[in-house]
Amino acid sequence: MKTWQRHPGIILPLLVVAGLVLWPVISGNESDRETSFTILKAIALASSLNILLGYTGYVSFGHIVFYGFGGYVGIFTVDQLGWSIFPGILAGGIASGLLAFLLGKAILRLRGAYFALATIGVNEAMKAFINNFDLFGGPIGMVLKFSVYKPYGGAARALGMSFYLLAGLVFITIIVSHVIRTSKFGLGLQAIRENEDAAEVMGVVTPNVKTWAYVLSAIVPGMVGVLFFFKNGLIEPPVAFPLHASIELLVMVMLGGQGTVLGPILGAFAYQGMRGYLVISEIFKDIQLSVAGVLLLLIVLFIPAGAVGWLRHRIPTLRRVLA
Amino acid sequence: MTTLLSIQRVSKRFGGLQALLDITFDLPEGQILGLIGPNGAGKTTLFNAINGVYPAEQGRIIFRNKDITRAKTYTLARMGMARTHQIVKPLSQLSVRENVMVGACFGRLDMRLGQAGQVADEVSEFVGLTARLDQPAGSLNVAQKKRMEMARALASRPYLLLLDEVLAGLNASEIEAMTSTVLKIREQGITIIMIEHVMKAVMKVSDRIIVLDYGQQIAEGSPEEISRDPKVIEAYLGDPRLAEKLMEED
Repeated sequence: MKTWQRHPGIILPLLVVAGLVLWPVISGNESDRETSFTILKAIALASSLNILLGYTGYVSFGHIVFYGFGGYVGIFTVDQLGWSIFPGILAGGIASGLLAFLLGKAILRLRGAYFALATIGVNEAMKAFINNFDLFGGPIGMVLKFSVYKPYGGAARALGMSFYLLAGLVFITIIVSHVIRTSKFGLGLQAIRENEDAAEVMGVVTPNVKTWAYVLSAIVPGMVGVLFFFKNGLIEPPVAFPLHASIELLVMVMLGGQGTVLGPILGAFAYQGMRGYLVISEIFKDIQLSVAGVLLLLIVLFIPAGAVGWLRHRIPTLRRVLA
Repeated sequence: MTTLLSIQRVSKRFGGLQALLDITFDLPEGQILGLIGPNGAGKTTLFNAINGVYPAEQGRIIFRNKDITRAKTYTLARMGMARTHQIVKPLSQLSVRENVMVGACFGRLDMRLGQAGQVADEVSEFVGLTARLDQPAGSLNVAQKKRMEMARALASRPYLLLLDEVLAGLNASEIEAMTSTVLKIREQGITIIMIEHVMKAVMKVSDRIIVLDYGQQIAEGSPEEISRDPKVIEAYLGDPRLAEKLMEED
């Protein structure tokens, strides 16, 4: 009980995710599980992006590169090297973390719009590179053989297992997000977000701290990538590096509330829900991305702090719970 | 007394502008050094050179017997150098307590969060911000923001404190309160360099004053000596004998 009182901000996020995981388990419906999988995946990616965007204040337009790159490395280990999915997921996470570390050394010295532009460039460059990289199948990508799923009791069982693995990953992500937010490291990140020069003068070793934030925000997307493409059975460049997905992630984080633990979760939930409605609607099905664009514009103009930020501001008594 | 900071022939150019030229002085531990001069004289540039924001191009800066001429700002913070800014730099969305905790956490003593919280409370009481601790820093007025910058600097437990115009924009009673705070800081054994335009205050608290004009050191001495120095009067008021000279030419 004591622990909960000391960490009130983690309660709601855990409850929301637990509800999402239990929903298809209780209903026993496979299409519910697919919907839940999509939302959980969005939560993991948005919460990871939030470490960089929300806590550190660095806008990454190309964050999906870590999802695609990690996915490729993991699927390569599973498909070509014959690894089990578990080390495959780890390999994807580590590969993305390493990529972020090297990239960070190069582009984190850029600030504001320049950094954001560089991240777009990175995603496109990686897509072009993979397109021409024969080891990863070039433009055709890699198709998982059916036999890959055998050790897990066949394809159907493997799909179910992917869901629970993702659920575990999401729990870890939001706990890590909360731990970062309430740690000394997180305080350094927030100082950088508010005023990088002031943070340096106060002794925050900004190059290192920013690099670690970037690495931490890249690992989970890499692992989620492996999991998703394992479940998908196929990985190819346009599906692995979709730039629009990066922008959708930004919308989720901004919508829910950047810099909070709960915000990206609610944002991912709301955005995926809206998207699910839009793609089946007659009027919007072809222009659902424009809706995302308009939404982003409205958020930036009217509630730049996002839903959770707005609530925190309006109702100060909720601040302890809405972290 | 031991020398805490030694500035040796420090020069800095910005394009065609000689911002600092051959600045040289030693600062003994425990002193308050006033740095005065007209606008654009290079006072803040000198702070930036000492503080590692824009490193000096020539000369050497020695802090606690180490050459810090090329050291990074954050390294200096950890070595025990803290500063406030002429234009305040609050971490607006964070609370006052969190602002001060950043100073404590990443300063000389590298404190943990819990300890930093205690230090933040103590230091905020010292500068008179206790009532504002949970407020977002962005909501403070200018005088309070200056006090908060001071609290952040003090929370890092520095050896040397660089104060850049902490009195500017304050009213008479706020200046009075701030001056006594500065004197109390010195009592804690912290050495201070302060840039200031409010002459009455700087004359009152400084042990020694250095006057800069066009990037050069034009005078140095006790407050009394400085107030009588003709070069200083000229820098501030123009040539005191100008009227006489004009009469002679007639």
